[in-house]
Amino acid sequence: MSDKTASVPAAGQRGKSLASTLGKSWVLIFLLLETVYFCFRSEGFANPNSLQIMLFYGVLVFLLATAELFVIVTGGIDLSVGYVLGFASIISIKVIEKLTGMGLDPGLALLLGVAATLVVGLIPGLINGWLVAYLKVPPFIATFAMVGVCHGISELIINGVYAMGLPKLASDIGSGHMLYIAPGGALSLFQKPVVERGVSVLEIVPNIVVVTAVVVAIFAFLLSRTKFGRHVYAIGGNMDAAERAGIPVKRRILGVYATSSFLASLAGVVYAFMYVSGKADAGASLLLDSIAAVVIGGASLFGGSGTVGRTMVGALIIAVLDLGLRMSGTPTFDKYILVGVILILAVIMERYMQERA
Amino acid sequence: MNGESAARDGKGFLGTRAGQALATNWAAFFLVLMLITFSLTGRNFLSIVNFQNVVHLQTVPLLLAIAETFVIITGGIDLSVGFVMGLASVGAAKLMQLFLASGLTPGLSIALSMLIVLAGSLVPGLVNGIVITKFKVPPFIATMGMFGIANGLALRISQGYPMIGLPDVLPKIGNSYLLYVRPGDFVSFFAKPENFPDNRVRELLRLIPLSLPFILIVIAALAFTLRRGRFGRHTYALGGSMDASIRSGIAVDAHLVKVYVLSSALAGLAGLFNIFQTGIGNYTTFNAQYEFFAVAAVVVGGASLAGGKGRIWSSVVGVLVLAFLENGLAISGVKPFYRYIAVGVLLVVAVVIDKLFPDMR
Amino acid sequence: MDYLLETRNITKRFGGLTAVDRVSIGLRAGEALAVLGDNGAGKSTLIKIISGVHKPDEGEIFIGGKPARIDSPMDALAAGIETIYQDLALAENLDVGANIFLGRERMKRSLGILKVLDDQAMREEAQKVLDRLDIHIPSLKKTIRTLSGGQRQAVAISRSIYWDAKVLIMDEPTAALGVAEQKKVLNLVRTLKDQGIGIIIISHQMYDVFEVADRLAVMRRGVLVGERIVKETNPDEVVGLIVGSETVGKER
Repeated sequence: MSDKTASVPAAGQRGKSLASTLGKSWVLIFLLLETVYFCFRSEGFANPNSLQIMLFYGVLVFLLATAELFVIVTGGIDLSVGYVLGFASIISIKVIEKLTGMGLDPGLALLLGVAATLVVGLIPGLINGWLVAYLKVPPFIATFAMVGVCHGISELIINGVYAMGLPKLASDIGSGHMLYIAPGGALSLFQKPVVERGVSVLEIVPNIVVVTAVVVAIFAFLLSRTKFGRHVYAIGGNMDAAERAGIPVKRRILGVYATSSFLASLAGVVYAFMYVSGKADAGASLLLDSIAAVVIGGASLFGGSGTVGRTMVGALIIAVLDLGLRMSGTPTFDKYILVGVILILAVIMERYMQERA
Repeated sequence: MNGESAARDGKGFLGTRAGQALATNWAAFFLVLMLITFSLTGRNFLSIVNFQNVVHLQTVPLLLAIAETFVIITGGIDLSVGFVMGLASVGAAKLMQLFLASGLTPGLSIALSMLIVLAGSLVPGLVNGIVITKFKVPPFIATMGMFGIANGLALRISQGYPMIGLPDVLPKIGNSYLLYVRPGDFVSFFAKPENFPDNRVRELLRLIPLSLPFILIVIAALAFTLRRGRFGRHTYALGGSMDASIRSGIAVDAHLVKVYVLSSALAGLAGLFNIFQTGIGNYTTFNAQYEFFAVAAVVVGGASLAGGKGRIWSSVVGVLVLAFLENGLAISGVKPFYRYIAVGVLLVVAVVIDKLFPDMR
Repeated sequence: MDYLLETRNITKRFGGLTAVDRVSIGLRAGEALAVLGDNGAGKSTLIKIISGVHKPDEGEIFIGGKPARIDSPMDALAAGIETIYQDLALAENLDVGANIFLGRERMKRSLGILKVLDDQAMREEAQKVLDRLDIHIPSLKKTIRTLSGGQRQAVAISRSIYWDAKVLIMDEPTAALGVAEQKKVLNLVRTLKDQGIGIIIISHQMYDVFEVADRLAVMRRGVLVGERIVKETNPDEVVGLIVGSETVGKER
């Protein structure tokens, strides 16, 4: 902001800096225009409640896009996030089912089940990272292979059907909100107040949106403010230089793939709580969305660039598109087409902006 | 570098010529080994009927793997083949429905639809190629975008349902055999004799599914183009050194566009074959992962994603390895889901072997 | 003074910087001219102008005494000017014959209708040009990847010669080679000279220059500061010209 005042002297220069600012934030402008478009196009879209709904349905992409970003910043790619999500959704349900079956209190069972899933969820990432960093298998192949392994193991566990059997508490959390306001102004935290049929309760902020926001914020901090994050950028910028600077490149790459798979399994747990079921291909269609979010957010697949903030803007573009199309009554099929088009345009746009800068 | 020197200095078996041959053709050896193993463990594995079935069912994966081979040799990747195939399948089905409804004969409807779809299937490749060459979008992103676009279009056309009401003759042609033999009695071409009772059809020996000569012609033609034609030579050159290709006066952009067009044309052909095989128009589901298996087959066959390397026949071996793995496991009573895991493990093995034994030709 | 290649008052500016300032040099057939200079002296820019990568702002290029337009690398190639860059621009996954004929493949008819690559003929032609230049490569069926650095360079040079290069520009030809291979490349340069090829060598290695070059041209800050006949100078004088510690001798 301060450089704006600094560039006052020459009018031409100011014009240029305005253009480059605009260029840099074209993604934000696109998001704004898109939102305005759907406010007119879709009945009921221009409503604060839509924001909540959009965020609610967006959480999986927010988490997977953050996972993907870490890997993409190193110049890699993680194709397995979708199937790690599916795998984790199944594991969490199976473990929780087992624990409640042993007579454990549902709350404790959920807590232990989630913890166990997150630990198990590190394994695919550790294997990916090991293959990429130590065996020098190209990330594309290593994580591609992991798709097969997660898919296979998931189907073996559930034998080709769905995983079900979560306690009601799980769905209460998964589709619940932080705050409820009953008519007459009675506030209630976490617990939906019991009201007569037909009386509507104001629901504010879905639980999983809060969880996602906190997690994404933590990982944004990790990437932008810690030594680990700095190393991740260094590796993506120039791996040889990073190595020569004494960065433990292999361990960092291992850490990045583990991070990715941790976030993907968290998304799996969230999926299980949202939909009270788990299946192998639960996240299969989300790979496109999550890579698109990162790329639309301006990260380069060659590594070294991208931030969590901009990735979230990319993810929001997709989330708004998703909800906007749903609410305007068009089949969601169009979403795939539009995400594909925006993905390609984003890369072209980014290059164009870079060349002008 | 490490692998290179290891292979050169390697003493013992793996350093020898035979060891090298084993390492570069390990997929073929693995295939033979697998065939022997499954012949012992699975009843009915070693039979003409089973082998014919496997080959027939692998027509689509073979077409897609061949498409992917060309692209991967240039150092690119085409993630859109699976969904372009689905788009071709439902697109052809839609056209057939329209033509039939407008009173055209089934034969004409089929022929017209095929022509239109084949021509139309060049478009995704053309778009991919132009986006990659003119706008410098990485192939991964460009074809992933096309993956979304083709998927959305296919779902739009089919509204998310398989498309039925197509001429019965489709699956009849698609699943017929070249020869129908009743040992010691008669031989009939293309269809069983009219007067032969349906309830005794099991006594017939059906030989050579029509899909076999079809796919063999495609394989042979494209293998020839790649190995012996100028087009193939330039494809390798692009993958070997883009710089050398440019300075040698090869029109690299035009060539890349052609490669992506060829890829999506083959995906379109696969979509048409799919209609003949199933008799309905099928959109591609996310969990089918055709592009996954196509790339996997090519890599197992020995190609490198870095480009410059790969052969059609090796990719065919790659497809057969994955196919017989699935088939053999199923016949031996192993749950089919192990297939996914096995493919993943094989992929990594392929790359590690490739790293240990770089091409020393 | 019938030059094979001549530049007259070539000037190239990048923004405020004059990278090449009114440089005039000439090259005769069968002669090796070394262009020397410190980093940033302008020798790379000069070479890129001659090979069509950059367009000069002022000045002219004459080929065989006639003014020539060289607007692109393709124009340079068409005029018989070939440049061997340090990266050599070979497709490592293809064999020697395929590389020499890359983009201009020999075809033959097979079964009467199909046009197929005639790898046999391409290898035979490759062998001829390798023999002519006295280069030994064990098997032409092997891919470039399996060849040594010196062999690769020889292949790149053979390709230029096969396609009738009259002027060969070599950018640091010995930089990435071992001692034995450096000798071979220098021998190859002598062979090329004997066959009437004009050669421009960019090099940091004073040894190379005194070994094979006939004349040398020294550039400093974009300006040609001196030309010498190799036999009539010594390394000390040349170093002096490069760093500018000696008074400039004959300025043409």
